[in-house]
Amino acid sequence: MSTVTPPLPYRVAGTWDETGDTRSIELVSAGRRLPPFAPGQFAMIYAFGVGEVPVSASALRGRHGGLVHTVRAVGAVSAALCRLRPGDGVGLSGPYGTGWDLEAAVGHDVLIVAGGIGLAPLRPVVHAVLDRQAAYGPLAVLVGARTPADLVYRDEIESWRGQARVEVTVDRPAPGWQGAVGVVTTLLDRLDLRPERTCALVCGPEVMMRHSARDLVTRGLAPHRIQVSLERNMHCATGHCGHCQLGPLLLCRDGPVVGYDRVADLLLVREL
Amino acid sequence: MVTDLGPVIRTRPKLAVWKFASCDGCQLTLLDCEDELLGLTERVRIDHFLEMTPAEGADRERAQLDGRGPYDLSLVEGSITTAEDAERIQHVRRISRYLVTIGACATAGGVQALRNFADVDDFLAAVYARPEYIATLETSTPISAHVPVDFELRGCPIDRRQLIEVITAYLAGRRPQISHHSVCFECKRRGTTCITVAHGTPCLGPVTHAGCGAICPAYGRGCYGCFGPSSKPNLRSMVAQLRHDGMSERDVQRVFRTFNAASPEYAPVPDLAAEERQGPPA
Amino acid sequence: MSTDADVHASQPPASDGLVMGKDGMAALVDVLIRRGFTVVGPTARDGAIVLAELRSADELPYGWGVELEAGRYRLRERPDGAAFANAAGPQSWKSFLHPVRVREWSADRVEGELVFTADQDTPPRYAFLGVRPCDLRAIAIQDRVLTGGAYRDSGYEGRRSGALLIVVECTEPGATCFCVSMGTGPAAGPGYDLVMTEVVDEDGHRFWMRSGSQEGAEILAELPTRPADPETRETARAGVTAAADRMGRTMPEADLRELMAGTLDAPRWDDVAGRCLTCGNCTMVCPTCFCTTTEDVTDLTGDHAERWRLWDSCFDLDFSQLHGGPVRASSRSRYRQWMTHKLGTWYDQFGSSGCVGCGRCIVWCPVGIDITEEAAALHDWTQSGTSASASAPEPP
Repeated sequence: MSTVTPPLPYRVAGTWDETGDTRSIELVSAGRRLPPFAPGQFAMIYAFGVGEVPVSASALRGRHGGLVHTVRAVGAVSAALCRLRPGDGVGLSGPYGTGWDLEAAVGHDVLIVAGGIGLAPLRPVVHAVLDRQAAYGPLAVLVGARTPADLVYRDEIESWRGQARVEVTVDRPAPGWQGAVGVVTTLLDRLDLRPERTCALVCGPEVMMRHSARDLVTRGLAPHRIQVSLERNMHCATGHCGHCQLGPLLLCRDGPVVGYDRVADLLLVREL
Repeated sequence: MVTDLGPVIRTRPKLAVWKFASCDGCQLTLLDCEDELLGLTERVRIDHFLEMTPAEGADRERAQLDGRGPYDLSLVEGSITTAEDAERIQHVRRISRYLVTIGACATAGGVQALRNFADVDDFLAAVYARPEYIATLETSTPISAHVPVDFELRGCPIDRRQLIEVITAYLAGRRPQISHHSVCFECKRRGTTCITVAHGTPCLGPVTHAGCGAICPAYGRGCYGCFGPSSKPNLRSMVAQLRHDGMSERDVQRVFRTFNAASPEYAPVPDLAAEERQGPPA
Repeated sequence: MSTDADVHASQPPASDGLVMGKDGMAALVDVLIRRGFTVVGPTARDGAIVLAELRSADELPYGWGVELEAGRYRLRERPDGAAFANAAGPQSWKSFLHPVRVREWSADRVEGELVFTADQDTPPRYAFLGVRPCDLRAIAIQDRVLTGGAYRDSGYEGRRSGALLIVVECTEPGATCFCVSMGTGPAAGPGYDLVMTEVVDEDGHRFWMRSGSQEGAEILAELPTRPADPETRETARAGVTAAADRMGRTMPEADLRELMAGTLDAPRWDDVAGRCLTCGNCTMVCPTCFCTTTEDVTDLTGDHAERWRLWDSCFDLDFSQLHGGPVRASSRSRYRQWMTHKLGTWYDQFGSSGCVGCGRCIVWCPVGIDITEEAAALHDWTQSGTSASASAPEPP
């Protein structure tokens, strides 16, 4: 595959707020289509004249049949993406990177641990597991957020309750909050974890993933049964720009999803 | 720095150019944008720019020093050296949506900040026949010491391409493509052979903010730091190297005491220069 | 001219070769130009031997040698008039194969629709005259990085596939050279179209020439040559063998990949951070460093945008920028990233070392930081027994 090909033109089919600073955008092809994305893979989304950012797909098939991405406005490009309106054009390329290894989870209890917008790349996993429930053991979804207002996909999370064990916690409650308070790892105490039969998929801020993975290891999960999705600066997504290195890994190529057994030591090195 | 510049500008925003204590060289850079100037005026309305406004006639009111505003984009040249200017910059900030400082004076205090290291009254007595007519502050300070600044453009004077880039990026709602790394990046990218390594010429390039296009080394002259410090400069090592390349303690002090003399990054230089003894760095 | 390692391995075995007099070099440049090549080779300019387009063999640096030390490069006249008796200069061939600045594509907003246009770049066909064995390996390493994975850099591939490589074996290593430690020289490895060894003695100034590809053989056939005599061959081989014994630098006798992986917490990184200017020169002169950044630019109309790619460096604070700030804020971590990547994690990513021992990073570091000295210091630390007790606090 040649890397110096431009992105494909895509069009915004719909866009909606997830939280105060986070929006979801559904993108449909304006002509030629990209190959299908797997859960955990990411796209490079180009906002005209502003720039390009890597964003994991947060749903593989939206209401209009398009790809859904959830974007938090933290920089010029993501802010521009959050301002898009239906009909606007963007450039899209992908799918890039290594997604969640769902084959490894077949026949296992599936434990999803998400922090903040880290639920976005895990949402297609929930959809995939619920679509093929017979292939997997019980599904548990643990979600943490800073405040109730920072919870993404709130209604959808509620809709999973019938088919999955769902637990939600916030760091700082707001008036009216009835749920749990505390970091997401405290929710692990509520589960009857079967460590030898569980496959855990973790995404969120790096410090949260480190603590969650370590906690899971303490509870008996083998490190290779824990997958994490890591973030580094990315410019090309094709392994050529060198920005996304984490020691031996090029995260655009060897990640973003990697087995915790491969990164446990790396994540302990300061400023690696 | 403000990263979200708001929606892409589709209307014709109003631009103002302001002068404080400075030589006018940076604002003249805007007029030097000969090839781009017409295109620029189609995209922005230059509403306040004394340098290109007749002092008399119909435009006179627009040419008032304080301007009325509001303005979408203000380019601010010069440092704050008088009590009046300290008030005027507050006014400029109030009437400006996005404020960019242009040049070493506005960004670091300029060469006039040499007063910060001495007694300004001594200078007044030495320069002016009637120093009592002069009302000035003890120090020359950058704009950012007085009001929030959205973007700082370096240089003495600024680089024409960088000025166009800042304005174009503002119009497109993107981050300006302006790097904070060393001048060495620019020397290597343009294929200039390193004059320190190949000729032993003392050069501030390794600790100086890029943006000039590495002009001086391309003509065999050492960089003298007119764009100020690069991000997190290692001045201890740089000073040792300058001494190694033959600069005296006094010369090392002086080379950092120019247009960006008051940059906080340069504060340790006198001590470092005194510390270093001639010879290869440890 | 092939980019594929398998092809390199199947090159014809070196024959006895031919001998070409000094005058033959003029014919070589003429033949290359006549065949449509843009000839690039060394020439003395601005007090250094730089790589530039050559119009004639007269521009080669006849009679120029170099004196190298950490942070120091000086041209020195050579009485023997040799053209290639000088070690690596300030540039490498990546300036041509992986250029500083490339436009990748442009985008236009046409009646509300985005239209993307790939940049159609027709590269010149380069003939690189005077590629050092260490730089030949460097080209092979960049081939692997930029065209050996799932994604191929088509621009690089276009420039590389047309390039003719004329290697010159090394008989005059610099004081900063360590190609023997890295296994890349001073004799030529595989991958060349033509290889030459320069000989200057009482029998004259001449080149021992061998071809490594069909095209190389065709070009060689057009040059004024004679069959190689045993004396010239012996003198040439002896010059290369002697060069191997005159390396100015060596890497420590250790598995460098393991050394890098095992010393991430070494106090030596603080020591080198005290000297490092984070100016990025080492990465820019390195023949294998490939990192780039992208620039999205717009014109004043706002309806035309372009994507550019340009050389970047892991020494830039912005290189590891995430929205919370840079991952590698300290100069310690940035120097460590560069060196551990070059000597260690490059194996994990691309199957080989990223260092070819050319010594450019040592010479062109303004403060003379020496990668072999740093590696030796790290090695000493692992041998000293203090390394086992060191442990760094966990990141927040």
